[in-house]
Parts: sequence; structure tokens; C-alpha cells
Amino acid sequence: MFPPERVWWKPLDRMEKNWVTIAFIWCLFMTAMMPIWFFMGRQNVPVTSYRVEPQAFQQKVMDFAEQYKIGDENGVPVVAPPPGDVYLLARQWQWYPILQLKKGETYRLHVSSLDVLHGLSIQPTNLNFQVIPGYDYVIELTPTDSGEFSLVCNEYCEIGHHIMVSKLMVTE
Amino acid sequence: MAAEVAMPVNESEFRTCSATGFKVHLPAEALIKANAVAAVVCILVGGTAALLIAMTRWPAVHLLPADWFYRLLTLHGLDMLVAWIVFFEVAGLYFGSTVLLNARLVKPKLGWFAFALMVLGGALINIIVLMGKADVMFTAYVPLKAHPIFYIGVILFAVGALIAVGLFFATIAVAKKEKTYEGSLPLVVYGLATAAIIATYTLLSGAFAFVPALFWVLGWIPNYDPSVYRNLFWSFGHPAQQINLAAMVAIWYALAAITTGAKPLNEKLSRLAFVLYLLFINLGSAHHLLVDPGLSFAYKAFNTSYMMYLAVLGSMIHAYSIPGAVEVALRKKGHNRGLLGWLRNAPWKEPGFSALVISMVLFGWIGGVTGVTLGTEQLNMVGHNTMRIPGHFHATVVAGTTTAFMAFTYYLIPLIFRRELKLKKWASLQPFVFGAGITMVSIGMITAGIQGVSRRHWDISNVGTLPGTVYVSLTLLGIGALIAVTGLIMYLAVVLSSVLSKKQYDPQSLTLVQAATTAGSEAEAEGRFSPKGTFAIVLAFLMFFAAFYLANWWLLGKTWMVR
Ligand code: HEM
Ligand SMILES: [Cu+2]
Ligand SMILES: [Cu+2]
Repeated sequence: MFPPERVWWKPLDRMEKNWVTIAFIWCLFMTAMMPIWFFMGRQNVPVTSYRVEPQAFQQKVMDFAEQYKIGDENGVPVVAPPPGDVYLLARQWQWYPILQLKKGETYRLHVSSLDVLHGLSIQPTNLNFQVIPGYDYVIELTPTDSGEFSLVCNEYCEIGHHIMVSKLMVTE
Repeated sequence: MAAEVAMPVNESEFRTCSATGFKVHLPAEALIKANAVAAVVCILVGGTAALLIAMTRWPAVHLLPADWFYRLLTLHGLDMLVAWIVFFEVAGLYFGSTVLLNARLVKPKLGWFAFALMVLGGALINIIVLMGKADVMFTAYVPLKAHPIFYIGVILFAVGALIAVGLFFATIAVAKKEKTYEGSLPLVVYGLATAAIIATYTLLSGAFAFVPALFWVLGWIPNYDPSVYRNLFWSFGHPAQQINLAAMVAIWYALAAITTGAKPLNEKLSRLAFVLYLLFINLGSAHHLLVDPGLSFAYKAFNTSYMMYLAVLGSMIHAYSIPGAVEVALRKKGHNRGLLGWLRNAPWKEPGFSALVISMVLFGWIGGVTGVTLGTEQLNMVGHNTMRIPGHFHATVVAGTTTAFMAFTYYLIPLIFRRELKLKKWASLQPFVFGAGITMVSIGMITAGIQGVSRRHWDISNVGTLPGTVYVSLTLLGIGALIAVTGLIMYLAVVLSSVLSKKQYDPQSLTLVQAATTAGSEAEAEGRFSPKGTFAIVLAFLMFFAAFYLANWWLLGKTWMVR
């Protein structure tokens, strides 16, 4: 509160030095964790993305859904594609289509939005990604357990935000 | 303390504080009052919204319809995070640059102009949001569209704040020239200056984000890339939190000095820690964009680690030096038994002291730990946009910053408003009530988020895969909100009843409830009192930090493979 008296640039004492050293080492460790996991971990943030026209992306998703459709649920096609490129469209207020994947297979999940921002949240796995119109985000995904999962929109996308809930099936 | 220097200014514009001997510039005092009052009005409105949205997220109550939930959530974010905090910080900047330096505020008229802009901007925002024309959240992510008045309000508010920051620097420069203080800037002012420097470039990035958004909404520019907007917005939104951090830490030092007579253990170290904030924390913006398409690993990891962790180091330094200073001060007063005996004998009834401890503990142990974890590139995948995010920042900006600011208001009442603090018992209790409530809110949010509940979400009942235990978390949030709002009402009651009382009061001491424990054997050697209790506490903190951090890697390691 008050101007420091005399000289204030005195050297650190032993305890101060110890704490600063320990804290610094911890910060270095945390810094190292990210590249270590990048090379050795099995969960890393996808970095592949392409610019795409929202309308063109929608068309691609429609064609894809048509090709691999195996059923229908409340007007949304259920789609069982082979491993490889699969597509998911976010739009107010729907995920399109419903995907049925196989456990242990690897998919390149393309996700983008037709209108505003959305958030792809896979539950209860709890994996979360930002979905932005104009960007085709490629998520290389390998489900490691099977069952029915929820897709929840977790970015506010106007009044229907909370009804934007769908599912994702993973079979054995 | 009051410098005996000739002042080339009108002495009749000053009064001398009866408790501290500081010379108080009356035009500055009026501006401090106005901004503090505006801040309190904002927390009143924001708090009302808080109660209503929290009662909506409590599934058993589920109070508001969806449109009003999103509307009031927008309002809550703006009135609290922007208006309450910034008005209070402006008051703090005027206080630091004038009272603490015995200086005059240059150009008070400009200060009133800035105040008018901020009030006008704030009013426009509130009106347009309540009219239902801007249900876009405070982030207003393009291509969501709000009414043009919304952007105009934000821009006016920011320009006003920028002018206030400019006045702060001008005032310090003039004080230096007129030699109203001796030697270096006091640490508190140094911390405020750090906040103000960060504020300058932050507010400028805010203009870069919002001005094109306004033009785009008006149709003057055809396209505004949503990803570019997110980058610009968070170049503003993220460092804005570091303003709050630096201002809060400055106030921590002030509260420690007022309530225990603590002197910084090592000015050099504390100042270095502020410089770390200044240099490095501004680069943390990417940690809102960690799971966005379009950015590389190297960019994200560099931006969040190399840079951010040096800023984290700054916080860890303050986390040691402030309690350490308090410990040494209390030990000097004779409370020298054992490792933690000084804590038992601390002035717990003094709101500035309890608020300091509550603010520091919750900020560090909950806010800091969760923040660093969420800000780690890969770990962000299991937390992004879940309730863990509001859980984190209610521990930082609410339990940390707001608790500290509230307590600091109590000290402004005798010093600046020159009124006696009323309802002293309530004031003593208030930090505990508010702190307990926000702890429950925050933990409720964090645990709900870990189980997959998303933020900004009106109704989770149609998400079939959520475990039943999320209802425990959300109930904790609801009950905690009731307690926190009670703490908020106590704060408003204390402040309003004191400020509105008629009688002028000239304080004789800095403390409000308990006498400052300045007596004691100050003569004893410095070296005998080392802050070993603090050292033990920070080590325990680091253990907890490490455990939480590593647990999150374990959690991540269990999910699906993704690349
Ligand atoms: C009385 C205490 C408070 C309570 C009970 C409270 C409660 C809440 C709740 C329930 C949410 C909604 C979370 C969600 O659904 O995503 C929220 C959001 C938020 N709160 Fe608070 N809050 C309080 C005080 C504050 C204060 C003092 C600040 C700022 C200084 C603040 C800043 C925010 C922000 C920025 C959001 C996010 C808004 C958004 O997602 O757009 N809150 N709060
Ligand atoms: Cu959505
Ligand atoms: Cu949504």
C-alpha cells in the first residue's frame, strides 16, 4: 500500500528460492506433458481441417447419408458407413445423420455447420469439439466401447440449443 | 507517509485523511464514488439474473422458460463479468493513482466523460438484451446476430474504460513529476499499473472484434469469418481476465497490509511476478480455441504452455509471498507458536482478512488448478464447453476477484465515502457466506461438467446417457446459489446502509471491526520469523494441484482414441 522503504531490491532468501524453483520445475513438467502426450498418447486434438462452403458440405452429407442409409428415426436417416470418411452436419437444431459405427474401427469424422456455431459433445465419453461453419473439421475417431451414445450440442446456437440432442451407435 | 513536497496545485481541492494521513483529491474522490456506486448497481442486476438462471439449472426447480434463461444468462455475463468488474476496477485505478500517491487526478472532466460513456453503454446493453433483441450471450459469436445497439453499447463501454485507463497513466506520470510520493511506486499501485497496461491492449483487441461485428450486422461488410471473430474475441476476452487477476492481486496486497500490517516479503519477487503477468499471460488466448478447427498443435501448445505457464509461475509467486507476508506480520506480533499458530490468532472477524484468505484459497485451489487443467491442449477435449468451464471461472472471477472487491468496498466506505461502516456483524460474516455459497456453486458445476453436463443449456433431461449423479451436482449448484445470493444481499445491505447514512465520519484507524494488530515486539530481528507455515501450505497446494492435473490425464486416457 505504501511506497517501499529504503532499498527494496534485496536478494531472495532460501525459502523463497526453494519455492520459486519448485514452482518453476512444475511449470516445466506441465509444459513437457503436452508434446509427450502428442507423440505417445492415444488422445490428441485433431488438427486437420479444410475450408468448405456450408451449402456444399450439406450436399456432401446428404449424398453420404443416402449411400449408407440403413434406417430412419424421426425423419433422420440412420447410416452405417464402412471405416474411412464419415460425415456429420450440425444445423439448427439437429445433428444429421445418425451414425452407426463399429467398435475398434477408425473413422475420419468430418463435422461442420450449416448456420451458426455448434458444439459436438459425445456423451458419456465426454469428448468435445467446436463446430464452425465454413470449416470441415476432421476428427480421426476410434470408438473403444460399444453401445448407444448421446450427441449433445454444447455451444449456444439460439433458442433450440437444448433440443439439439441426437445419438451415435457403436456396435461390437 | 504523506510526502512533504510543495504541490503546484490548488490545495483547497484536497482533504487529509484522518486515519492514514493521505491527501485525498476531492474531484478524484467523487469519481471513485460514482464508479463504485455504478459497480454496486451492476452486481445488483447481475445478481438477480444469477439467482434466476441458477434456479433454472437446478432441475428440481427449473424456473425460467427457455428464452428467458438464455436472455438472462446473456445479461448475467455482461453485467457481472464486464460491468461490475470494470466499474470497480476503474474506481480502484482512480484510488490507486490519486489517494495512494497523494496525487491529483488530471482532467477530472474527462473522467466524468468516460463515466458517462460507460453508463450509457451499459444501459444500452441492458435495455436491448432485456427487450429480447440480443440473445447472443456475452460472447456474441458471429454469425449470431444481435441488434446493432448491442454492439454500440459494448463499444461505448469499452471506449469509456479505455479513457479511464489513460487517465490513470497520466495521473501517475504527473504525480511522479510533481513528486507527490517518494521512491518507487507502492506495490499496490504497481499491480494496478500492470492491470492497466494489460487493459490497454485488451480493450483495443475488443474494438478489433466488435467494430467489424457491428459493420457486419449493419450490412456494411458482407462476411465476417466466425473463426477470425473467435480469435479476435478471445484476444480480448482472455487477457481481460488477466486484468481482473492483476487487479485482484493488487487488492490482496492492500487487504493484507490493511488488516495485518503485512509488508511484502520481497518487493523484487512480487514485482517480478507482476512482470510475468504482463509479458506472458496475454498469449493465453488460444486456450479458448483448443478444440477449434483450423489451428495447429504447435500454435496451441506454444500459446498455452510456454507462455501461460510463466504467468502461472507469477501466480504461484504471489500465492507464496502474500500469505508469507501475513504470516511474518502475525508472528512478529507474538503469534509465533508452531507451524500454523499464527492462522488461529489471525483477525478472522475483520472482513478484509477473512475475504483475503477465502479469495486466495478458492482462487488458487479451485480456480487456478481447474484453469490450468482446462487450458492444457489435450485435456481441453474432456472439458470444453461443459459446466467445468463456468465452474472454473466462478472460482476465479467470483470467489476470487468478487470476494476481494466486495471486502475492499468496506474499506472505501470510511476512507472515501466518509461514512461509518454499518451492520458490522454482517460484514464480518459476509465473506464466509458468499465464499461458502460460491464454493458449492463452483464444485456443483465442476462435478456436473466432469459427468458431461454442458454449459449454457436450459434442459438436460433429454440427454439420456447422463448418469443420475448429475442431479446431485446440479442440486449442489442450486443450493449454493441460494447461499451465495444471500451473501450478495448481505454485501448490498452493508454497503447501502452505510453509504446512505447521513452522518459524516472521520475514521481513526484503517481496520473496521478488529483493531489492527500493530502492537508487539516489532523490534525483534527479521530473520527469526520465516514463513514456514506458508511454505507448508504452498507445498500442500502443489500436491493437490499435481493430483488433480494427473487425474485429468488419466480421465483422458480412458476415452476413445482420437487424433
Ligand atoms: C451470486 C453469485 C452467482 C451465481 C449463483 C452465479 C450463477 C451462475 C450460473 C448458474 C450460470 C450459468 C452457467 C451455465 O448454465 O452455463 C452463470 C454463468 C456465468 N456467470 Fe455467474 N453466478 C454468480 C456470480 C457471478 C459473478 C460475480 C460473475 C462475474 C464476475 C459471474 C460471471 C458469470 C459468467 C461470465 C457466466 C457465463 C455466461 C455465459 O455462459 O455466457 N457470475 N453464473
Ligand atoms: Cu447447436
Ligand atoms: Cu447448441
